[in-house]
Amino acid sequence: MITLSDYLFVSGILFSIGFAGVMLRRNLIIILMSLELMLNAANLSLVAFSRFRVDPNGLPNYSAQVFVFFIITVAAAEIAVGLAILVALYRARQTTDVKDISSLKF
Amino acid sequence: MSPFLFWVFALLTLIFGATVVVNRNPVASALSLVVSFLGLAALFMSLDAFFVGIIQVLVYAGAVMVLFLFIIMLLNLQAEERRQINWLVAAGGTGVAVVLLVQICFVIRHIRAAQQTFPPLANPTTDDVRNIGAALFSNYNLPFQIVGVLVLVATIGVVLLSRREPR
Repeated sequence: MITLSDYLFVSGILFSIGFAGVMLRRNLIIILMSLELMLNAANLSLVAFSRFRVDPNGLPNYSAQVFVFFIITVAAAEIAVGLAILVALYRARQTTDVKDISSLKF
Repeated sequence: MSPFLFWVFALLTLIFGATVVVNRNPVASALSLVVSFLGLAALFMSLDAFFVGIIQVLVYAGAVMVLFLFIIMLLNLQAEERRQINWLVAAGGTGVAVVLLVQICFVIRHIRAAQQTFPPLANPTTDDVRNIGAALFSNYNLPFQIVGVLVLVATIGVVLLSRREPR
């Protein structure tokens, strides 16, 4: 049978993949995609917890699903703003590589 | 959901999640991300969260990925040329991610409650949308409206950011 820990393992592996993407890749678009992967890993564990905490009426815990709804909304807004910054950056510098954007680096 | 289907969709999600990071071509990465999100939506549905699964497909696999592909097309990004890989940095980044993964697995392995299977629902076809909507508009009404303001601010910010500078 599938237990809660199986879902949590999948979520943890997905989070680590996204984290590795943020650490390793230098293309800003790929970094944004990896951020999405990390947010979705968090969503998966939230939904698994929601299904795990069944209340006495036999319903899953809907607070967690409302939380997932908020995360999806904020992530969509974040991606829109991130991509707009990317376009502005590309217009100014003609690059999406984080190695070429180091003016603020100490 | 049968364990077989769970592992199929979990592997689909993880393998295509890994291809997002490994691929050099941004378009291929974006398309892998779509498949990964579809697998994740199937996992949500296996947890009886049908509304969240549908939202996942509509918002992520639909809207967000179109946005990504549109930006890739607009900027005309090609596959990155092979740069000299800095092996020290690559090993450091992978090492940190692996340490994080090991820690997460260690913690999950030691939660005793997590080794139990999921308790059954009273009615497997509960009215998901109605219940989430009721929670959203009663207990979480203020956060919901704050999120609305956030989306408005994001819209205005995007318009401002992508406006051409007046010469």
